[in-house]
Amino acid sequence: MQNRRLQRWFDSKGWIAVLIGTPYLWLVALFLLPFLIVLAISVATNTPTAPPFSFGGEYPWVNWGAYARIASDDLYLRAFLTSILNAFMAMIFCLLIGYPMALGLTRVPKGWRNILLMLVILPFWTSFLLRVYAWMGLMGKNSWFNGILTDLWNVLVPAAWALKSIPMMYSNFAVIVVIVYCYLPFMILPLYASLERLDTTLNEAAMDLGSRPFQVFWTITLPQSIPGIVAGGMLVFIPAAGELVIPTLVGDAAQPMIGKIIQDEFAQARDWPMAAAVAVALLVLMVIPTMIYTRYQARAEGAK
Amino acid sequence: MNRRPTFLMTALCFGFAFLYVPILSMMVYSFNGSRLATVWGGFSVKWYVSLLSNEKVIDALILSLKIAFISASVATILGTMAGIALVRFGKFRGRTLFSGLVTAPLIMPEVITGISLLIFFILMGHLIGWPSSRGFTTITLAHITFSMVFVTTIVSARMQQADRAIEEAAIDLGSRPWQVLFDITLPVISPAIWSGWLLAFTISLDDVVITTFTTGPGSTTLPLLIWSKVKLGVTPDINALATLMVVTVGAGVIAAGIIMNRAEKRRLQDERLAFRSNG
Repeated sequence: MQNRRLQRWFDSKGWIAVLIGTPYLWLVALFLLPFLIVLAISVATNTPTAPPFSFGGEYPWVNWGAYARIASDDLYLRAFLTSILNAFMAMIFCLLIGYPMALGLTRVPKGWRNILLMLVILPFWTSFLLRVYAWMGLMGKNSWFNGILTDLWNVLVPAAWALKSIPMMYSNFAVIVVIVYCYLPFMILPLYASLERLDTTLNEAAMDLGSRPFQVFWTITLPQSIPGIVAGGMLVFIPAAGELVIPTLVGDAAQPMIGKIIQDEFAQARDWPMAAAVAVALLVLMVIPTMIYTRYQARAEGAK
Repeated sequence: MNRRPTFLMTALCFGFAFLYVPILSMMVYSFNGSRLATVWGGFSVKWYVSLLSNEKVIDALILSLKIAFISASVATILGTMAGIALVRFGKFRGRTLFSGLVTAPLIMPEVITGISLLIFFILMGHLIGWPSSRGFTTITLAHITFSMVFVTTIVSARMQQADRAIEEAAIDLGSRPWQVLFDITLPVISPAIWSGWLLAFTISLDDVVITTFTTGPGSTTLPLLIWSKVKLGVTPDINALATLMVVTVGAGVIAAGIIMNRAEKRRLQDERLAFRSNG
């Protein structure tokens, strides 16, 4: 009897409850809850206990000190600025390199296209860490790549500026180059997806009416691919701004990005409220562009 | 029309050179005889020999594969459930929060996910005594959490294309809901489930940031081992390790691509045959 009732429950609502409930509970327990804890700790007070924070003091038990320090201490402001600048420059270069590639991919014969697309994705499947490492080898002082660039530099500039090698490593330049390298597929794929759908008869009509190729590109192709540009831009910018691995390996230690600050506050300074507050601030920095992006997309959908 | 393709084809060539020259350079230098990683000192395979006899590397690789296999499998189950729930069950209570929860980990910077999980595990350890130490279990739990949402994305995209009529027909013919799920829905979306598993596996195998936060003493995955070595600079044995990994993964991805391509062609052929015999 019991068994049949269970079965009936399972037949009607139960399996829906199981399908929704299991992943729901998992994400609430291991994603939402940990994040809410971070949110709470960001307004706690740092204490020399274990764990190193408390909600002590008087009502309202909230300590905005960490946020006040973010707004006043220029260590944090500079780190945010460096992160935004590096991520933004990387996004622009990804666009400049990725757009012609994506457009080129749509003009390649069908049979070749899938092979080339796979070649775009293939580096993404190989280890991220090793792709960063490959550039450490290229940019280092004695590498063949640095040698070629140095020779080129010495030929082009007056002898007084001649260099033994180009100091590329441990700089924001290196960070931007490696971010572009690692995140380029994220730019190319959405661009390709939006360019591939375009109707080429419009281009032909414009050409027949006497437009120059560049005019066609500027007035027809580019405006239609804006959703792809926005999507690709966000896919590069957001992870790049929170990047930890790349600036640690090739960046300038004197100009840390925000990911490194969070890690240092947590592990070195053992100041959990500070680390949590910086993390929350970074998230706000991320959420705003994402919201703009979703609104943009919603408007684009509505226009159709 | 002619001028633009020339420019675009040049851009493509340069783009692919940009993507592949660093990897190829690393592979060439893995056969470098010199101790100095960037100065050529003749052809040699000694770094491969020293690598394959290095027990630390082998242990780290085995640990990484174990974690990746378990976390990808659990993440695929959970992620598939979430994908089906999002597409099939329309409006249910708490749906807005749910769809937010499956997209947030995608855009959440890894540092924040990592640090919140670490704080969570530490506090849980203080409060209920579990986890008493961090290592295999905590890394696996973390990997499941952030890779399941990638599976959900792939599965729900496939679910949106899937034809509902077959499922409805089965229900009309008296199938139980769970029979429909196992006999129709899952087989139809199985390619998406497999790609989801593969993606979850690679993400887990590759992760550095979240693993550094959730690991404990004695649990060194392969990326963590590479990370600790690479922080000190370029070394020839990492070149060799990188070459082995790139070649293995590349061969795997190309093989998977060819198999999927063939399956797709066969499916199209079958459809054409079926269509012809019906007509």
